[in-house]
Parts: sequence; C-alpha cells; structure tokens
Amino acid sequence: MSTTESAADNGVNVQALLDARNALTDAPEAAEFTWRATNEWLRGTHSKTTIQQYSGLGADHEHKSVFSYNADHPEVFASEDLAPTPVEFLLVGLASCLTAGVAAVAQNRGIQLESVKATVEGDMNILGILGADPEVRNGYKNIRVNFEIEADADADDIAALVAQSQKRSAVFDALTNPTNVTVTVS
Amino acid sequence: MSRVLSEQSIEHVVLERGEVANTWKTERWDSLRLLTPNWLTRLPGLEYDGEDPDGFMAVDELVAFLERYASHVEAPVRTGVTVTSVSRVEDEYLVETDAGRWQAPAVVLASGPFNRAHVPAVAAELPARLDQLTPVDYKRPDQLKPGRVLVVGASATGLQLADELLRSGREVTVAVGEHVRMPRTYRGRDIMYWLDELGRHDERYDEVDDLVRARHVPSPQLVGTPDRVDLDLNALTDRGAELVGRLGAVNGTTAAFAGSLRNVCNLADLKLKRLLNTIDQQGGFDAGPRPEPTRVSDDPRVLIDLAGYDTVLWATGFRADYTWLDVDVLDRKGEIRHAGGVVKDAPGLYRVGLNFLRRRKSSFIHGAEDDARDLVEHLAARLTGSPV
Repeated sequence: MSTTESAADNGVNVQALLDARNALTDAPEAAEFTWRATNEWLRGTHSKTTIQQYSGLGADHEHKSVFSYNADHPEVFASEDLAPTPVEFLLVGLASCLTAGVAAVAQNRGIQLESVKATVEGDMNILGILGADPEVRNGYKNIRVNFEIEADADADDIAALVAQSQKRSAVFDALTNPTNVTVTVS
Repeated sequence: MSRVLSEQSIEHVVLERGEVANTWKTERWDSLRLLTPNWLTRLPGLEYDGEDPDGFMAVDELVAFLERYASHVEAPVRTGVTVTSVSRVEDEYLVETDAGRWQAPAVVLASGPFNRAHVPAVAAELPARLDQLTPVDYKRPDQLKPGRVLVVGASATGLQLADELLRSGREVTVAVGEHVRMPRTYRGRDIMYWLDELGRHDERYDEVDDLVRARHVPSPQLVGTPDRVDLDLNALTDRGAELVGRLGAVNGTTAAFAGSLRNVCNLADLKLKRLLNTIDQQGGFDAGPRPEPTRVSDDPRVLIDLAGYDTVLWATGFRADYTWLDVDVLDRKGEIRHAGGVVKDAPGLYRVGLNFLRRRKSSFIHGAEDDARDLVEHLAARLTGSPV
C-alpha cells in the first residue's frame, strides 16, 4: 500500500502523520498532549464552553481562534432548549472523530472518498439521571453509528475503513473504555 | 544456531539453565500441541520423518524431537547452567553463570520470547478471593476451583484454554481484544500450507510495511488437534461461553469491559476474508467457502460482578526476560533493539527466536534455519574482521 503513488486526495496529509509517528517513537514525551476547555454557567441549565489552548509536542498551542459552544437541556426537561444537550456533544465528538479517521485511513490506503455521512444514535434511560432507579446507569446504554460512504472501493474495503477508524479513534476509545475522571473544587 | 556454527567450524558452547527443551517440559499446559503441522517441523539437518505429516506434535513429542536434534547435531550443550549476567568487557562479553564464567567475542541470546506471562496492571485491582492463573502455571482444568472462570485474552492460548475449561463443564467468560482469526484448514489443506504458498512465512523484516505492528500481531486463533478442527469465537459461543470486550478496569467486585467487542470481531473477520480472497486469487480458484461471521450478541455485557467467579486466567501474552542482561540494549518498552537479530549498539551480540525477527516465520520452529544462517554469516564476518 503506497501513499505516494496514489491519486486519491481526501485532503488529509497522511505523510505528515506518518512522519510524526516516526518522530514521536523516538521522543515519546513529546507525544503527551493535554486538551482543555473552560465552561461557565449562564443561567438554569444553560452554560458556555470555550476552547482555545492545548498542549503537546512539548509546547503550548493555541487554536487559530477561540471556539465557543453553548449547551442546555431541552424543554421536555423543563429547560429552555437554548442549545444542544451535553450528551449530544458526546455524539458530536464520536461522529466527527470516526469521520476524520475514515478520511485519514482512506487516504493512507489510496481510496478516494466521494461522500461520507454518519448517523449517530444513543439510547439512554433517564430514570438513571433522575435518581429514580439505582439499577439504571446515568450514561448511554448503547450507541449506534451508521455510515453511508461513496468511494472508489468495494464494500469490504469500505467496511475495513470504518473498522480501522474505530480502532484508532480517541473518542471511540474514551466512550468504550473506563477513564479516571477527577473533579476538584478550588 | 549451534548446528550452523558447527558447520562453519566456529567454536562455541550452548548454555541451558535446565535440560534440553526445558521450557517445553516445565512451563506448558498438558494438552498443548504445536500450532504448526509436523511437515513444517524441521531444523537444519533434521526433518519430521514420522507417520503423520499433517498431525501436530504434543509437547512430549516435541521434547523428544528437540532431544533427538541436540544429539543428532552433537550440540555442545552444557545443561543445568544458569546465566546470571552478560556484560561487556572491552570488545568482548563476559558471561557469568552458576557454573563458572565464559568470555566470548560473540554471544547469541536464544532464551526464547515467552519467559514471563504478561499480566496487565488491572490484575492488582481484582478481589483477593479470586484465584489468578497464567498459562505458565496452568496445567489442566481440575487444577481450578469448579466455579466460573474469566479468561482474559482471545488469541491461541486464551481460546485453547477457554475451550478446554468449557469442555470440563465450567462456565467461562472470555474477554476479547484484538485478535487474528484463521481456519485450521482451507480447501482441504492446512492454513500453514497456504501461508507458505503465499510466501507469507518468508516475508522479511526489512520489506514489511509496518514492522512494529508485524512484530506484535497476536498469535492466530488456532489449535492443533488430530481432527484439525477450527477454534474460533463462534466455537466457544456454541459451547456456552460468554464473550465480552477487553478488560478495562475493576472497581470493587465489578469488572468493566470495553464496548468495542463488535469492532474487534469485525476487524478480524474482514482480515480473514482478505486472506482467503488472496489465496483464491493467487491460486486462480473460484471463491471458496467463507467462515460464518463472528456472532456477537446485541448487548454484550460491559459490567460484570465478579462475585460469581472463582478464577481469572490471564492469556494476555508473554514477555522475554532480560533481567540477566547487563548491556544497555533495551528500549523504553523493555524490548531489545535489534535489526533482524543483530543487536544495535552491541557488536557481537545477537538475538534469535523472536516474533518476526528477520522473517514472519522467525518464531516458528522451521523459521530458525534461515535466521541462523543469516546471523552466523554476520557473526563469522565479525570474528574474522571482514566488513559486515
């Protein structure tokens, strides 16, 4: 599988990623990244998160601009529905991570993508967050992602793109494996 | 290695901590057979010459084969000699043992890749009342308490032990991470025949796409039995096993398993299909039969209360032991830095018998010969001062 001879162009600089992999294998400390977000309460269940700074490759970095996202809860939760629900942001993260992975893997395999569309659904029983049933967990019990992909590849190769994308996805890993979460008050 | 050194009249000694084939005699389970058929079991100057070329050697048969080989090639083996240290002294190596010292311009590390069972850190979090066992300690089912067993790992070892425990009547849960699925036979021939035909066994370390990946591919889900059956996750499911994802964490008595079971099974199924397609294309065959996709329940459990279990069996791989190696040649992961068995930054030091050392077959018995010839050539050139 050669990337240099491939005519496929999905807009992913795979060579830079492969170079980074080689460079970081010899300098593992530079591979340590920290991602950050700052959240401020507005009113009710409405809050605003801003994202600008992150660290990695042994230095602090700033995104080209400050990104901000509002979150709220819907009217059926007696909220004002001014913005998506936090659990929906999880779906945003999962879908965009898997899609980015599909593009990168396709580029690496010389597969030209025409269109990629992902639909994500997560099932949740809200008796958990309402504290009404201790047997029910708060979080998603099941998440389903369906991809519709048009590309110059057969069905098995497309299935393999999606499978490999899951294997290398940070958000898929974060949702499917336990992570220690520490919350402090200063 | 010794045989090829002798062919070149290079004076050497083979140090063995126990007896010939020690690991096979003492650190393997009773029912184990080789994953490779007898016709592939050959070493330089000695091939399998028995009645059953398509069979798979049991451990006692392999031990007999290796003992026969040692005397056949008149290997200068010193048994019962434990190496306690290998260190560098100027241009040579000092080998200290419990039976004296050797100093040599070249040392070949042939101590095997499977010295210690690897157990993940999460083992320390398990409730103390659970028995924990590794494949090095495991011999047979009746050694375990009768209750439920959690087998962690779904490569050759995990599947074979899970299968044997299910047959002994135990309830078994298998935690499944990334794995390699293979049928025992395809188109009436052993899968090893096809891998050999495709040239896979001879693929070289300096030609492969991703060497790090190639060296860490899990052992294929295979078992060598007289009836040449397939052993895959579907076979375990049919026998009553419960499949769950990779073990991620333990909190109190609750174990958490990754929600990626479907994807790891899908990855293995797709890869198997590509292999079989390649065999068909290379042979000019019509598409042959395809194994049933791995059956994964709609809702595999991600949290399990271990209160109902007696034993956790770790089939999570092995690591080489280099605690006696006092030369700075290990990387940050504790693996030896080498280029095709020529240890880096340590002239005269060689390593044999690792996964994909020089070729995909390097860790197979029949892979030893080509590697030994290459490395002895390198070693001989160094001894005579020729450029290498």
